[in-house]
Amino acid sequence: MGTPLLELRGINKSFGPVQVLRDVAFQVHPGEVTALVGDNGAGKSTLVKCIGGIYPIDSGEYLMEGKQVHVHNPRDAASHGVEIVYQDLALCDNLDIVQNMFLGREKKSGMVLDEPTMEQLAQQTLAGLSVRTVKSVRQQVSSLSGGQRQTVAIAKAVLWNSKLVILDEPTAALGVAQTQQVLELVRRLADNGLAVVLISHNMNDVFAVSDRIAALYLGRMAAQVKTSDVTHSQVVELITSGRSGQLGLVEEGAAA
Amino acid sequence: MSATTTNSYEAAKVATPAKDDGGLWGYLRSYGQRVRSGDMGALPAVLGIVVLTVVFSAARPSFLTPLNFANLLTQAGPIVVLGMGLVFVLLLGEIDLSAGFASGVCAAVLAIMLTTNGYPWYVGVAAAIVTGVVIGLLLGFLVAKVGIPSFVVTLAGFLAFQGTVLWLLKEGTNISVRDEIIISLENEYMPPMVGWALGALTVLGFATTQLIQQRNRRRRGLPAMLWQVVAFRVIGLAVLVGVAVAVLNEERSRNPLFSLKGVPIVVPVIGVLLLVWTFVLRRTAFGRHIYAVGGNREAARRAGIAVDRIRISAFVICSAMAAVSGILAASMARSVDPNTGGSNVLLYGVAAAVIGGTSLFGGKGRVLDAVLGGLVITMIINGMGLVGWSSAYKYVATGVVLLLAASVDAFSRRRSAASS
Repeated sequence: MGTPLLELRGINKSFGPVQVLRDVAFQVHPGEVTALVGDNGAGKSTLVKCIGGIYPIDSGEYLMEGKQVHVHNPRDAASHGVEIVYQDLALCDNLDIVQNMFLGREKKSGMVLDEPTMEQLAQQTLAGLSVRTVKSVRQQVSSLSGGQRQTVAIAKAVLWNSKLVILDEPTAALGVAQTQQVLELVRRLADNGLAVVLISHNMNDVFAVSDRIAALYLGRMAAQVKTSDVTHSQVVELITSGRSGQLGLVEEGAAA
Repeated sequence: MSATTTNSYEAAKVATPAKDDGGLWGYLRSYGQRVRSGDMGALPAVLGIVVLTVVFSAARPSFLTPLNFANLLTQAGPIVVLGMGLVFVLLLGEIDLSAGFASGVCAAVLAIMLTTNGYPWYVGVAAAIVTGVVIGLLLGFLVAKVGIPSFVVTLAGFLAFQGTVLWLLKEGTNISVRDEIIISLENEYMPPMVGWALGALTVLGFATTQLIQQRNRRRRGLPAMLWQVVAFRVIGLAVLVGVAVAVLNEERSRNPLFSLKGVPIVVPVIGVLLLVWTFVLRRTAFGRHIYAVGGNREAARRAGIAVDRIRISAFVICSAMAAVSGILAASMARSVDPNTGGSNVLLYGVAAAVIGGTSLFGGKGRVLDAVLGGLVITMIINGMGLVGWSSAYKYVATGVVLLLAASVDAFSRRRSAASS
């Protein structure tokens, strides 16, 4: 399989007396979609925020392409090619697509904004993702549909030569057709060689696009398996009880 | 894989140059669509200017004379400049209620430096603007760092600065300003030839930047504005500037012993401020970040923008422009008194920005809005004065116009929310 792009080993994270992540191991491979599943409170968001540098980890190893790195803040994560697309999107409604994609990292010539270059890059990025749903990259984001906004948010993450894109429930608020569009886009990201982590509650989405499934249960990694090796109900069992037949955590409390 | 990429790239390319399709008619249609979806831009202000011109010149023929036109422009000066500063604060979705009296404080500083202490004009102007910057830093710090709502901070400033003006003017004396340079700002006119030269320069400058911009876009294969539209805009501006300069260069004096003609000095002053701030807002990263913070503060923060610094800068720009407005007001009145920057000055400034199309909800607005809106407000004040209505009516009418502008703003916001 080769070296994973991102490998976490023995990650622990507590908030005061509450231990949210226990000895978590997690691997993400380039060119694959890894679905991160788990019930509410299982620690998915915390894990993602640790990867993104928003929360510092208490202990454990963080490896990028086999080398140990230290990620203390979002900027460190971005410098290692990690981009997170949050559920609440973080786009400015009053700016257009190009302006949003380059927000905070504008291309300049001298002190003046280099609009033609930014517009071209934005167009190329969207074209590279085979996005056909946006009419003009100079459209204001307020005029876009939910699916189109999600597309722009994902394109924004891809623009920066990122290696790992983490999507936090990208289809949660979308209709059927738009969900389909976004899932196709997610698949294309991986086909273009990126490593993708998809957080989702929706088993259909998970089985539609993912190559691997990582299931968290009460702050521990219950199992990380190939999607083709498991069934729908096995994954649900992993999410709800932490084990399913041979898979999953060995004994409740044994690890403690 | 590569085959699909190239195909889709072509598809994207074909889909993008929507603006080029349909020619001039298509351009007009897309403009109509924008207006219907709530993005009215300068339309309400321009309509207002046309309607007010028709109504007032029908009521009082003296409204539409070169003399009154020149008066109108000088009268608009302090309001427009104050409005320009307020645009920055409004873009963030904040408000500065103290800008009026801040301009009073700065004008008082100017008068004290010039008249009481006898410094040259540039020292006075610098002192006034530095005072404005300090006031802006204080307001911005309290809003951005301490976290007090701008409404409260600037309401407190409104009272405190009113007191400061009284204190500076020794409980209400009137300090006259006699410096010729300062007085000339609002009371002198440019020689006709200079007026023509500056007018021509403006049109030429606009045409050149437009042509270079559109040519660059075409070269890169990006959708560009139609040449007809570019030509239309350039010719429109040329006609507007040409007519204004021609009218202002006519003899306005009724006394045959001395001549009164030319473009008021305040016009190029406003022109330069408009140019500088429009450049800052539209062409620099700083300006882009102001819009971003006004549109979605959390998104701006996640994009790595120093949100607090942007918010403080907006208050600094607003108060510094209030200082310039105070200097113009002192020039117009030839003196500073405790009422400079007081009473309705702030409201006129806010009204100018909002009538021009700047949103009270943040994220939408241009510096040009303050110029157009300021003209509307001044026409109301000036026209009703000529018709002979009392202050009572003027206040009510200005209030109604401000409400009208704010409801246009609220309406267009609802419209654009519904259309998405």
